[in-house]
Amino acid sequence: MSLTGLFLILFLIVHLTINFTVVFNDDGMLFGELVHMMESSPLIKVISYVLYLSILLHIIQAYLLYLQNRKAKGQKYKISTRANATFASKNMTLLGSLILIFLIIHLLDFFYGLKISHTLPEEALYDEVIHVYKKPGYVVLYTVSMIFLALHLSQGFQSAFQTLGLNHRKYTPIIKFLGLVYSIIIPLGFAIIPVYVYFFK
Amino acid sequence: MHMKLTLKIWRQEDKDSKGKFESYEVKINEHMSFLEMLDVLNQELIELKKDPVAFEHDCREGICGACGLVINGRPHGPLQGTTTCQLHMRHFKDGQTVWIEPYRAKAFPVIKDLVVDRSSFDRIVQAGGFISVGTGQAPDGNTIPIESDVVEKSMDAAACIGCGSCVAACPNGAAMLFTAAKVSHLGLLPQGKIEHHGRVATMVRQMDKEGFGNCSNIYACEAECPKEISVDTIAYLNRSYFGSTFMSDLSP
Ligand code: FES
Repeated sequence: MSLTGLFLILFLIVHLTINFTVVFNDDGMLFGELVHMMESSPLIKVISYVLYLSILLHIIQAYLLYLQNRKAKGQKYKISTRANATFASKNMTLLGSLILIFLIIHLLDFFYGLKISHTLPEEALYDEVIHVYKKPGYVVLYTVSMIFLALHLSQGFQSAFQTLGLNHRKYTPIIKFLGLVYSIIIPLGFAIIPVYVYFFK
Repeated sequence: MHMKLTLKIWRQEDKDSKGKFESYEVKINEHMSFLEMLDVLNQELIELKKDPVAFEHDCREGICGACGLVINGRPHGPLQGTTTCQLHMRHFKDGQTVWIEPYRAKAFPVIKDLVVDRSSFDRIVQAGGFISVGTGQAPDGNTIPIESDVVEKSMDAAACIGCGSCVAACPNGAAMLFTAAKVSHLGLLPQGKIEHHGRVATMVRQMDKEGFGNCSNIYACEAECPKEISVDTIAYLNRSYFGSTFMSDLSP
């Protein structure tokens, strides 16, 4: 869970860096170049398989743990306060599931045409992105999903370090702070793209 | 000052019956402890020839860990770092309704009313095995030098009284804080280091076998622990577990 989670956290940084070039005012020049670079690099190809595997493992493990934990918790309390717990920490599986639904839609939008059915050529990706983000329904879907992602990351980031036993008097507060910053900046960055395209492109 | 309280108490005949909440009124003194309040109620029930409420207690001074109850949704009640027996009624308001439930976890089945079977904890400790310390006369103090920070950490973990409130507080029914406290308490000191790797592996295995859940770092346990054991111990357990998995020659 923690290792795949951390890998996905790294992936999101790369993903956002490339995607953010969509908002640049260069008719997708830089975006196109970066996409081409990613598509033609054998290293990226290997990493992308690691990524698919990580996503799958992360999902499978999550549901297995969820089932085990639900069994272990026993009968419900009449009154339950769960001090210290946050909405995110208590609902990681729910948030993850919502993100999974988003992920499926998101993959069908771009990934499917680009990599599987080959109906979307690499050069047309930029126009397709603009086209999709001009639909208000999608803009709402993408921004709301990023809220789920933000919540999921707010718990997941430092939780991954704790699970790996990486805990330190000095560094844990820094990790927690970085996690907070990360879980705000990354989803916010992703959410800006469709909103910007919708209003200004 | 005298107080009147409405108690909603979980009553359950035995392990296999269903159980439900019953409502009681008690008149008590604000200086009583929570358990003394239950004693007053039970005295009245006995005089009425009714079945008294079964609850566990022993030392009544916060050191044995027998007395865990979930009071208004919080293991050991509303006060931070306090066991049920050390909780006094002045922390409640006159006329208040108080819900009293047993710990809920699959590995802690209810035996009767508010009493749960916590022998799963005993089995985790047993699985930990022994430490290599010679019996006989007590050794001289300070013959083994130990860094003071390390002693402090170990002693903090040793404060665990095995009450089970970490499990009761955990939305996953996990026993990580308990197991981590035991592992830290022994593993940090030189006397317990010798069998550390093996101990971590067997205790974690037993914990899973008992049907406890998995830790997802919600930290509700830390908030409810009457001895305020830190989740840092859980990180230490995780670290040790990796060590015992990858770096030890012991067969699992
Ligand atoms: S009765 Fe011993 S800790 Fe409460």
